[in-house]
Amino acid sequence: MDRVIEKVKKEEKMVIERSKMSVENLSAWFGDKQALFNINIELFENKVTAIIGPSGCGKSTFIRNLNRLHETISGAKVSGKVYLDGRDIFDHNCCDVVTLRRRVGMVFQKPTPFPTMTIYENVAAGIKLYGKKPKGKLDQIVEQILKQAALWDEVKDVLYKPGPSLSGGQQQRLCIARALAIEPEVILLDEPCSALDPISTAKIEELIHKLKQNYTIIIVTHNMQQAARVADYTAFFLLGEMIEFEVTSKIFTAPQDKRTEDYVTGRFG
Amino acid sequence: MENNWTQEVRKRKLIEKIFLGTVLSGTLIAIVPLVLVLGYVFIKGFSALDFNFFTQLPAPVGEPGGGMGNAIVGTFIIVGLSCLVGLPIGIFGGIWLALYGQGKRGFFIRYAADVLSSIPSIVIGIFAYVLLVATLKHFSALAGGFALGVIMIPTVTRTTEELVKMVPRTLYEAGLALGIPEWKVILKIVFRTAWAGIFTGIMLSVARIMGETAPLLFTAFNSMYWNFRIDEPMASMTVQIYNYAISPFADWNAKAWAGSLTLVMIVLGITIVVRKFSRRVSYG
Ligand SMILES: Nc1ncnc2c1ncn2[C@@H]1O[C@H](COP(=O)(O)OP(=O)(O)OP(=O)(O)O)[C@@H](O)[C@H]1O
Ligand SMILES: [Mg+2]
Repeated sequence: MDRVIEKVKKEEKMVIERSKMSVENLSAWFGDKQALFNINIELFENKVTAIIGPSGCGKSTFIRNLNRLHETISGAKVSGKVYLDGRDIFDHNCCDVVTLRRRVGMVFQKPTPFPTMTIYENVAAGIKLYGKKPKGKLDQIVEQILKQAALWDEVKDVLYKPGPSLSGGQQQRLCIARALAIEPEVILLDEPCSALDPISTAKIEELIHKLKQNYTIIIVTHNMQQAARVADYTAFFLLGEMIEFEVTSKIFTAPQDKRTEDYVTGRFG
Repeated sequence: MENNWTQEVRKRKLIEKIFLGTVLSGTLIAIVPLVLVLGYVFIKGFSALDFNFFTQLPAPVGEPGGGMGNAIVGTFIIVGLSCLVGLPIGIFGGIWLALYGQGKRGFFIRYAADVLSSIPSIVIGIFAYVLLVATLKHFSALAGGFALGVIMIPTVTRTTEELVKMVPRTLYEAGLALGIPEWKVILKIVFRTAWAGIFTGIMLSVARIMGETAPLLFTAFNSMYWNFRIDEPMASMTVQIYNYAISPFADWNAKAWAGSLTLVMIVLGITIVVRKFSRRVSYG
């Protein structure tokens, strides 16, 4: 636990924050094209961190490095260090990628239910395909997870219908449920609401609030109101660099960097 | 001016009619042989077809009755054997090409599959003969199944590759992101998603090899008896049809027609069922 970082928040009464993941000098490439430049950031436990910035600035690339999905693209490279509970995730001696991805779950921008599986099977996929016997009865686990993802009431009568038969918002909550089922410690959300209506969005935001107690959450969003509503910390990215990382209220009320200010006030571009 | 214009329109309409007529007659000419062949096989074959044809062994020359029961069963056994050879290689090869075949090795394998698919089936029959008949010193269903299996490999490989490639990469990534080991993601998610389409391709390929005669002539050879041993010569519909058709006996000639009708019906049945089924294939 040598890398545990304690940070005192000034606005509140002395709260000690523990860093769950810390990123040092992270750079990433697609072939010869560099997409991330020396990113340094701390992701605090049981907090929501929002990543904001204009399209193409490397937000997705950044979070896809936290569960090492970036490397699966042919020609993709990465350098720097990412620590999860003090251990370097790129170090082959201590961490294997399958275990990492079970600890760091992810939900994508577009809902990706597995088309050949039922709703039930989609939720159970991560448990069943991992190969280890689940701790309890699968039926109960699925029910409990769907309740946690605020989807149970809507799907309890259609559990054995195909996953893609749900609406877009329901599919996205199904994907969140699927990610929760593997009991991760960190959840990466890549614009989880971009394809959703305001009601579904509100449901997912509510969900994020609830999940925060047990998980560390990183959310990429284009929607600054959303970042302001759900995030404790916010990082602003621009052209592959991290410009500013601060407590959310500060980013929106008193940004240190001119570029952050331009972006959050809508004067960007 | 006015006159000129109507003339122009009339000319255009005439050209249109001529064009449509040409296309239509071309289509009709293409369909005619199909209708003729099917109709002729049906008329000639139906009269020689009875229940015994499906259940009995061939009768000796001069004796009436008898059937092709053993050859029908034989064809299914040989096709089953060829699936055992062709499907694993074709499917795994196709998956490999789709996921890891971007480089030189992939190019080479793809090229080899294309070359293999253009080799005449009789040459593949000779290959199976040299490999399994000449060395083991007798004809066998296994050699026949092997020959047909080799013929299946390129089509199954390319179908699998195309359909696995059509599965969105997001599903592959979603599987990996759940901490599922890569090989399981590939088999249980990516391949599973492509499976409905791949199955269609496999069945069409099965329907095609069912009609092969040449590679069986000197591999599975033929048999006048019930045989369920794959290391023995085995009858097949195509070889039996061939033997009956070239025989000088009218009774046998009629049986050849009956066999042809049966084969055409089976193949047509597979094709129609599969095409109907394949229309429901879609990706999420
Ligand atoms: N598969 C890829 N191959 C090559 N370049 C890529 C690939 N994916 C992303 N890029 C490039 O990397 C840069 C960062 O992309 P990224 O997807 O991380 O942006 P983003 O901030 O998530 O954008 P958005 O808000 O539109 O999702 C972009 O310039 C993009 O063109
Ligand atoms: Mg993105």
